[in-house]
Amino acid sequence: MTSRTPATIDEADIPVWSHRPKVMPKKVKGPIRNLKWLVMAVLLGIYWGVPWLRFDRGPFAPDQAVLIDLPGRKAYFLWFEIWPQEIYILAGLLIVAAIGLFFATAMLGRVWCGYACPQTVWTDLFMLVERWIEGDRAQRMKLDRAPFSVSKLGKRAAKYLSWALIGAMTGGAWILYFNDAPTVVPALFTGSAGFAVYATVAFLTASTYLMAGVARENVCTFMCPYARFQSAMFDKDTLVVSYHPARGEKRGKHKAGESWDGRGHCIDCRQCVEVCPTGIDIRDGLQMSCISCGLCVDACNTIMDRLSLPHGLIAYDTERNLELAAAGKPRVWRFLRLRTIGYGLVFTLAFAGVLYALIARAPLEASVLADRNPLFVRLSNGDFRNGYTLKLLNKSNEPQQVAITLDGLAGGELSILSHENEASPLIDLAPDTVAAVRVFVRLPAAAWGGAPLDYGFTIHDAARGLTLTAPARFEGPQK
Amino acid sequence: MTEHRKYEIDPVTGSPIHPHSWDGIGELETPPPRWWVLVYLVCIVFALGWWVAYPAWPTISGYTKGLLGFSTRADVAEQIAAAKAAQAPLNDRLAKADYTAIAADPELSAFALAGGKALFGENCAQCHGSGAAGNVGYPNLLDDDWLWGGDFATLQATLEHGIRATTDADTRQSLMPAFGKDGMLTRAQVDDVAAYVLSLSGGAADAAAAERGTQVFADNCASCHGDKGVGLRDTGGPRLDDAIWLYHGDVKSVAAQIWNPRHGVMPAWAGRLDPLAIKKLVYYVHSLGGGE
Ligand code: SF4
Ligand code: SF4
Repeated sequence: MTSRTPATIDEADIPVWSHRPKVMPKKVKGPIRNLKWLVMAVLLGIYWGVPWLRFDRGPFAPDQAVLIDLPGRKAYFLWFEIWPQEIYILAGLLIVAAIGLFFATAMLGRVWCGYACPQTVWTDLFMLVERWIEGDRAQRMKLDRAPFSVSKLGKRAAKYLSWALIGAMTGGAWILYFNDAPTVVPALFTGSAGFAVYATVAFLTASTYLMAGVARENVCTFMCPYARFQSAMFDKDTLVVSYHPARGEKRGKHKAGESWDGRGHCIDCRQCVEVCPTGIDIRDGLQMSCISCGLCVDACNTIMDRLSLPHGLIAYDTERNLELAAAGKPRVWRFLRLRTIGYGLVFTLAFAGVLYALIARAPLEASVLADRNPLFVRLSNGDFRNGYTLKLLNKSNEPQQVAITLDGLAGGELSILSHENEASPLIDLAPDTVAAVRVFVRLPAAAWGGAPLDYGFTIHDAARGLTLTAPARFEGPQK
Repeated sequence: MTEHRKYEIDPVTGSPIHPHSWDGIGELETPPPRWWVLVYLVCIVFALGWWVAYPAWPTISGYTKGLLGFSTRADVAEQIAAAKAAQAPLNDRLAKADYTAIAADPELSAFALAGGKALFGENCAQCHGSGAAGNVGYPNLLDDDWLWGGDFATLQATLEHGIRATTDADTRQSLMPAFGKDGMLTRAQVDDVAAYVLSLSGGAADAAAAERGTQVFADNCASCHGDKGVGLRDTGGPRLDDAIWLYHGDVKSVAAQIWNPRHGVMPAWAGRLDPLAIKKLVYYVHSLGGGE
């Protein structure tokens, strides 16, 4: 390319902005392409299908299997329910996901990028639609160059509208995770859904269109941070899509019947380049823009079949094997390495931790907020009194009743503001709510030694046989 | 025709090389990406639109108002009005309910407490403290000692009419004579009765002086403070036999109060606050732990 550029350029001819070449990938067939179709179908199926799953949680909680209830400040996932104070579980899940990604990357290279990344999945879907409407690479390039015509306009309009529709469905499905799906979908069409819903759909429609329709490979190459640091997780035994120069070079055209002696197996047909969704030439070696989708593998294998040569001129392989192959030695596969074992171990531990946190979650929780202004009150007979607000969390979907008693405060006397005249009061806890209960604890002057006393409030739920103690402290004057 | 400079092309990148150089280091003339330039242009158009639509330029006597009529002041007024409108149903219910009915309705109770707390911080905290624990001379509202009583009706009357308020004919009045300063008692009698008063609540006092003070108390003080200082709420005569003191509970302070008493003043809040606000305050103060 550089050889064709002139040695000088006129100042006026320097463009105001730079153009990037359009990447127009060609259709490809093969086992990897089939696998990718399957993965795409499963992932999109999950994305569009999951919000419609019902899950009976009783009368006081939503019946959607997966729901993030923002106004209610709760997240529901099948049997699990996450409250705002348990957001660490979500943080834990993100950590698990990150380590999972590291593990997969160390093992198999950029499998995430090539198969599961939403950017890849949606771009693939958009390209599929594009191919249906405008045809394959050659036709698209022709259409691109063609002058304006009604048929061009029609095709372009059909394409852009289909993209917008998929974008709207993408944004539309997103809100189903935050709203009751069967309610919000009709509301969406009758115009009665909230502003946040419409704004979200509009934003995600636009961003899906932009990312999967317009930006495409530029996201992977220029925007994605993961692309930049994934090399830190690579080593010589990581699977990457590789062209075998030892076998392919010296490349060149090949006529049927000609001998393969003294030349490489690459016939320079550029199929691997034409099918590449990021528009690179894998024969230049491993590069950052390669998302490891393996489409060039399928493309080249098709060529090898035609030439009756073995598969694998381009293949998922390791850097070590490239070197071994160049030296004429057999391949070695080393999946168990310090790096993969380490990531695997940390992944298992983190996953177990999150699972434990979810399963061991108590349906009743209490926290004590002691009055600080003032710390204590002197009563007319000289006794001291401390005030507290007890926050009682009923994290179950049923109403509960609890009794509150003092634990370990000799001489202390408890009164509950809202139940002052009851002998043994029971506090009502509505399902899935936090109840704030004002209580006073009174201690005879004689029982006050001059130093703060640590004790606890015992919360007893007789119906469920749950008892828990929330620590508290009694304050008085220093002696 | 203008004379154009010729730029050399860098053979590696294909970009033009800018003619200037420093220490022999040239600079590539790399055009920015198209989207970047477009965003830049869009920003300029956006800014122009903003000038027209929103307040933007200062003028001698004000500023350009913009076509949208945007004003943060109006927004705030609108939000306040909206908040008031949202509270209106609860306020209506609160106005109709009596105190027991409020206590029986958790929603109303929470609303009254929240409103009372805010009003207390605005109007009462200056004297009684933000936590209502009072101060020397300013009663603690958390404890179980009341000068005039701590039930709902009494609290409401106190709030409405104040204590020794000059603006309200129905205000609560209780004035202690300046026994020493006005020559009603001698210095020795004042000291004796102070010792007696302290002995009522078990405070350390000179037993002989307290003994001598008994009669002085019966003659001069019992009419307001009750026999043995049990207090008289009708007149607001404070209890003297408990552990709570408005002006310190040592013999010197008690004697000083007898010699030349200090008197606190609380404004009458009726007229300053609307009846609903007073209701919220009464309910809030009653909930603080001293309510009867
Ligand atoms: S597809 Fe295979 S044979 Fe064709 S250019 Fe690429 S590597 Fe060479
Ligand atoms: S070089 Fe091959 S594996 Fe890499 S992105 Fe292109 S087609 Fe996919």
